[in-house]
Amino acid sequence: MTANPDPLAQTAAPTVKSQPDGMVEKRGASLWLTHLGLIIGVLFIFFPIWLAFVASTVTNAEVIRPPMPLVPGDRFLENYREALFSGINAPVARMMLNSLIMAMGIALGKIAISLLSAFAIVYFRFPFRKTFFWLIFLTLMLPVEVRIVPTYEVAANFGMLNSYSGLIFPLVASATATFLFRQFFMTVPDELAEAARVDGARPMRFFFDILLPMSRTNIAALFVILFIYGWNQYLWPLLITTDPSMNTIVMGIKQMLPTGDDFANWPIIMATSILAMIPPVAVVIGMQRLFVRGLVDSEK
Amino acid sequence: MATVSIENLHKSYGKTEVIHGIDIDIRDGEFIVIVGPSGCGKSTLLRMVAGLEGVTSGDVRIGGERVNEKEPMDRDIAMVFQNYALYPHMSVKQNMGYGLKIAGTPKDEIESRVREAAQLLQLEPYLDRRPSDLSGGQRQRVAMGRAIVRRPSVFLFDEPLSNLDAKLRVQMRLEIKALQRELGVTSLYVTHDQVEAMTLADRMIVMNAGVADQIGAPLDVYADPATEFVAGFVGSPPTNFLRPDAVGVGGDAGSLGIRPEHLRVVTSDERLRGKVIYSEPLGAETLIHLKVTGDQNLTLRQAGSLEIPPENAEIGLDWSDDCQMWFDQYGRRMAET
Repeated sequence: MTANPDPLAQTAAPTVKSQPDGMVEKRGASLWLTHLGLIIGVLFIFFPIWLAFVASTVTNAEVIRPPMPLVPGDRFLENYREALFSGINAPVARMMLNSLIMAMGIALGKIAISLLSAFAIVYFRFPFRKTFFWLIFLTLMLPVEVRIVPTYEVAANFGMLNSYSGLIFPLVASATATFLFRQFFMTVPDELAEAARVDGARPMRFFFDILLPMSRTNIAALFVILFIYGWNQYLWPLLITTDPSMNTIVMGIKQMLPTGDDFANWPIIMATSILAMIPPVAVVIGMQRLFVRGLVDSEK
Repeated sequence: MATVSIENLHKSYGKTEVIHGIDIDIRDGEFIVIVGPSGCGKSTLLRMVAGLEGVTSGDVRIGGERVNEKEPMDRDIAMVFQNYALYPHMSVKQNMGYGLKIAGTPKDEIESRVREAAQLLQLEPYLDRRPSDLSGGQRQRVAMGRAIVRRPSVFLFDEPLSNLDAKLRVQMRLEIKALQRELGVTSLYVTHDQVEAMTLADRMIVMNAGVADQIGAPLDVYADPATEFVAGFVGSPPTNFLRPDAVGVGGDAGSLGIRPEHLRVVTSDERLRGKVIYSEPLGAETLIHLKVTGDQNLTLRQAGSLEIPPENAEIGLDWSDDCQMWFDQYGRRMAET
């Protein structure tokens, strides 16, 4: 509540300074109004998630019979236990582990590669430096979906089907992150690099001792974004993994849906959906403090 | 501690030459100030000594050894930067000890050397703080501390005081001077402020457009400037320059320079008459701005105790012959005419 919660309150009360009392009163009323708006918005977004949660705590019969139940049932433990340890095609615990490995691999890999390439582009003078930068930049126009067939071909030829490396490596290169770090490195004063040179730091030492710690807030912010990006990958894991034990959770949900005449085990599917949401939410909440702190204290 | 010698040093960026051959021998323990207006190449010269810029031609020797191709860390120098260039994520202690840490100095020795430097610079209470929690003057001290702990044979200062406010600048100037005296380390100091140059230097190098116009002790440079540029740059308020015809002299002279304090107000036998535009009484002294024949401006400096002529008054001016500085049309000092 540090920022003005409602910009309208200010426009509605232009004589803010001369009438402090009036402002407080007005602000109080609009505060309730804005909160009402926010609460409605939250309910609106939260409702489907609530339904999914409710559906994951009842029996399948209860889900299918209209009207849908709106209060949680008594099968929470049973359903989640079944989802986690047996699942439909593969245990959800296994799929979550796969997703976790893939998301961490993609996030950390992207950060490592982008940091190094940005370091090279900003701090070293080598022939065709600009060309390389624009080549990297150009790949922004080639998302996974566009290059998916050739990428699949390459991954298959490397024998990376149904493996973590196949899930991770083709998604690791990142022009966006490289660009972000490049922009950040360019704001670091040249004197810092020179001071480190005078202090006797070789380039990689400078990178690890000075540039890396200074980038930590950028890294944290990027990690949040990239982890979620990796976790939510759908098309690529669908293509590269055929073995259910290598399924990731996001594509796993899709695999759980019945084909043909099978019946859907909705409580298990819904439990899986809820479980799939937990790690990204945990990452966002867990990293939030670091993320915000990074935005607040800008020490350069 | 070491001597530094610069021999016929040139620097070009592409086809543009910015330093046109500079020679100087710096004695062990000497404090040299390189002074000049912005863009004269003074920082480039310092950075070539530091090894942060390549040398186009000529030699840099530190302690007699040619260091042209050596990395800064191998030159046994330490540098203080204009914006301090402290590592923002490290504490004061870590900042100061970083160079030693890289060099592989044992931990307890780093600790004791950092303490020693911190004591010298009165930084002890701040050792665990981050640079962002310090004031400008304290950051400046940390930057100097970082240079001191390495015990280099040469200190290089690149406009270290220009980010400080006027009062602090005077104070830090005195501290730098005292510190350099105490440590006795050969120092090169770049500044655009001629007062800093005058007060700090054992010898100063006045640079103008990539050339060292004059190298000498501050008072010698002041009393006997080698070029019109030096006469105009060193001293505040600057030297007055008159066209020779104003004093009735022809020949090949380009200008006549007279320092403001050498002008006197006289009631008879004046050499020149001038009209008072305005006066600046500063207490100890008074600056009187005048207009003389041919629309030329002059500044006269007299003791604060003397009478101040009213504005628009016509007054007579005189000076003694040995205060005259003649310059030819290229700005070079001429033998007395």
